[in-house]
Amino acid sequence: MKLAIVKYNAGNIQSVLYALERIGMEAEVTDDHALLRSADKVIFPGVGEASSAMNYLKERQLDSLIKNLEQPVLGICLGMQLMCMHSEENNTDCLGIFDTTVRRFSGSLKIPQIGWNLVQETREPLFSHLPKEAYCYFVHSYYADLCDETTATTEYGVRFSSALQKRNFYGVQFHPEKSASVGEQILKNFITL
Amino acid sequence: MLTKRIIPCLDIKDGRTVKGVNFENIRDAGDPVELGALYARQGADELVFLDITATVEKRKTLSELVNKISHHINIPFTVGGGISSVEDVSVLLQNGADKISVNTAAYRNPQLIADLAREFGSQCVVLAIDTKQEADGQWYVYLNGGRVKTDTLCTDWAKQAVDLGAGEILLTSMNHDGTKQGFALDITAALAGSLPVPVIASGGGGTMDHFVDVFTTGKADAALAASIFHFKEIGIPELKSYLHDKGIVVRQ
Repeated sequence: MKLAIVKYNAGNIQSVLYALERIGMEAEVTDDHALLRSADKVIFPGVGEASSAMNYLKERQLDSLIKNLEQPVLGICLGMQLMCMHSEENNTDCLGIFDTTVRRFSGSLKIPQIGWNLVQETREPLFSHLPKEAYCYFVHSYYADLCDETTATTEYGVRFSSALQKRNFYGVQFHPEKSASVGEQILKNFITL
Repeated sequence: MLTKRIIPCLDIKDGRTVKGVNFENIRDAGDPVELGALYARQGADELVFLDITATVEKRKTLSELVNKISHHINIPFTVGGGISSVEDVSVLLQNGADKISVNTAAYRNPQLIADLAREFGSQCVVLAIDTKQEADGQWYVYLNGGRVKTDTLCTDWAKQAVDLGAGEILLTSMNHDGTKQGFALDITAALAGSLPVPVIASGGGGTMDHFVDVFTTGKADAALAASIFHFKEIGIPELKSYLHDKGIVVRQ
């Protein structure tokens, strides 16, 4: 199996690579169009800021490439948010795969949300072989609204989409690569899709 | 609901854990990777690796160690100790650290916090504060591992650091550290109740009730301890089960 991780100007890519190694998988970190298109699975990770990430993707035509991928694609954290329609973070138009908007947490909450929160109402296949709810590790200031494509929810002041799926596109707001054995199972589920 | 976090802290010197004794389940308690992995399996929510290596020449050892840790540990971890520049942080993050903590260098040069937050994001910038309550009742900031007193109040420095971009505060009470008589509840609550970022309480945890107190009265978002875990005085699974029974939301 060929696994590719999208290389772009967002942090956290090494962590994903190491997490895959721990479950016995190798992946190539690349921004090469041909390699990304030919991979069996593509992971789109990221910790960073939405508008600069989108600009980077556009400059390299990675935006249209990602949207048109036909194999399973997993967006993680910022990667998932960039797969939505629009982000309030610097008023950024995103890839428009998931039909939902990314908003900033508001009110008296501590922002970013940092830590382990309960992922609930989970749906297969990404959450197969797991309890119906499980704790995962989150670090984020923005969240995706609930929508028809929501496949897991979490509450932090509001209830939001902690996972999304549309056709071959999957997204998780939390960090499976840092979510202990639960996260490892989610990565395994994605790889065996 | 977001859970309260339990964070074991491992002191590292020349690539080895200090104080790591009395573990028959692992081959080498002096190996930070093996000890960290054990805590991760037991349900620790995060780990902190604090490098107390004295010399700059040994720094390379730290980045190699961080790389090894990140290959083997499946929960988030913070690395601290002697970090004083954007370059230091860049190397540690590239080797897989999730967060870094800064202390004295950030106090001497507060712009460092802003530079780190801009370059890497607030979520990976933890400001560690060593504080001590003096006879006047006020909590003052101490530097250089508690050896140098300043005239700055802990609350003032914490607020300034958060305004500059610190994403979390790791607060150690020097009055309580090592005493096992409980955490500093008042100063922890003062910071946790007023700052818009999480506060990790450190110093003084000796019984499971101390953890209950720091999460309720102390309003802490996370609690850090070292020797009580290293010496197996309190096990992480039993601590979490106890906290759960007391109505505190933890990951089990």
